Amino acid sequence: MLREGLRAYRLIAGMWVRSSMAYRTSFVVTVFGNLTVTGLDFVGILLMFSQVDSLGGWSLPEVAFLYGLSVTSFGIADLVLGSMDVLGARMRDGSFDTLLVRPWPVLAQVGADRFALRRLGRITQGAVVLGWALVSVDVGWSVSKVLLVPVTVVSGAAIFSAVFVAGAAFQIYAQDAAEVQNAFTYGGTTLLQYPPTVFGKDLVRGVTFMVPLAFVNWVPAAYVLGRPYPLGLPPWTAFASPLVAVACCALAGAAWRTGLRSYRSTGS
Amino acid sequence: MGSARLYAAVAAGGFRRYATYRAATVAGVFTNTVFGVILVFTYMALWDQKPQLGGYDQAQAVTYVWLGQCLYATLAIQGGGAEKDLMERIRTGEIAVDLYRPADLQLWWLAGDVGRALFQMLGRGVVPFLFGALFFPMALPTSVTPWAAFTVTLLLATVVSFAIRYLAALSVFWLLDGMGVNQVLMVTGIFFSGMVLPLNAFPGVLGEVVRVLPWAAQLQMPADVLMGETDPLRAFAFQAGWAVALLAAGRLLQSAATRRVVVQGG
Repeated sequence: MLREGLRAYRLIAGMWVRSSMAYRTSFVVTVFGNLTVTGLDFVGILLMFSQVDSLGGWSLPEVAFLYGLSVTSFGIADLVLGSMDVLGARMRDGSFDTLLVRPWPVLAQVGADRFALRRLGRITQGAVVLGWALVSVDVGWSVSKVLLVPVTVVSGAAIFSAVFVAGAAFQIYAQDAAEVQNAFTYGGTTLLQYPPTVFGKDLVRGVTFMVPLAFVNWVPAAYVLGRPYPLGLPPWTAFASPLVAVACCALAGAAWRTGLRSYRSTGS
Repeated sequence: MGSARLYAAVAAGGFRRYATYRAATVAGVFTNTVFGVILVFTYMALWDQKPQLGGYDQAQAVTYVWLGQCLYATLAIQGGGAEKDLMERIRTGEIAVDLYRPADLQLWWLAGDVGRALFQMLGRGVVPFLFGALFFPMALPTSVTPWAAFTVTLLLATVVSFAIRYLAALSVFWLLDGMGVNQVLMVTGIFFSGMVLPLNAFPGVLGEVVRVLPWAAQLQMPADVLMGETDPLRAFAFQAGWAVALLAAGRLLQSAATRRVVVQGG
């Protein structure tokens, strides 16, 4: 099942890549555009730091570290599953039914739908900021800290992927309300670009325990940067991101299967 | 008189078309509210650190955030209004039908976009703004005059916003595909309208430049007029100046396009 899914994903994604490469100039322009759009957030942060030396008690390299982790993880999830927001439209026009009758896992087909290589722009931009942050933050690097960074990026990508899949499951019930998903995906990555000290306690509680986005970067970053843990979480939680990611993916998978079982076609 | 009725009907059509998607509207309200909350906290931290940044106090910065969320869809700040349909019609060649109509092309699309903006304002903009006013300290005027002046700036902002997007849409006559233009619209709209940071908080020369660009007419002017930070007449003049200039540019480009370009299609 998994192998089948991955194979289907690869074939469909490959098809979309070839189709976008047919217009090479347009492709280059959109990669560049994508890079600029996603870079705006960071320009905003830079503009803020042109006026102040710290935000919520965090310096620019520290905020850049949060930003780099958040955007890189989100960028990976966005590349892999980012087209899932067209699912609602597919259900409305009935073309979702086509996917159901094909002998491939539906999630793989939906995930690879309109696969867009231009989304590499966001990953590149996040990685550049992350790289700059890594050399600029004032941290005594240890082996565990160095290893935690890539583990965090991968776990974060898995957590965001789970959010995308859960959002897709939600769209089965609320087809036109696809935009709600943006509040958690784009809203989530924006939220995580800023230090937890900036936000109200209730909001931090919500993104730690309800939608555990805090494990994408806030909690591991607290360990790496030697900052107080959000909500006074115990220190071991800095290493809990992979576990949280696995749990999120399991829950999202269950939600997706439940949603798919209750799907009713448009009937037209 | 007859033509005024025609454009009113087109505007009403634009309003109704967007009013059809109720679930999408509710979803939009939710998303704008979430983004508002995130931004408000970051701005409060920023203004904690530097009170009076850009001449705003903290309550004014909070008001600015919620006004931004209120006008985000209303003014199609990142695109997605009438220009999207217009681009599609140019791309497919259906524009030929529009050119045959006994109506002015620019006014026709402006009317439709005004209808859309009115719905987005009422259906999607007001609720996040009220949410903000309820849960965060805001700096709202208590007398009628600033609200009346604010309403005028909103109307002018709608026209300027349309005029920018109309120019962008017409470029598709030459480019044939709107994807790149849409991206430019998005980047410039978000950044130069002050969605990232209020324009009056931009540093140095950059600040001076962005405050005279047409995008400043979209969010910064209504915000400043509402909060009494600028002389309303000056704001009206600034907005109206850009509206006239951009609409005129749109007309020029439109006549060039319709004279020289062969419509696509078979």
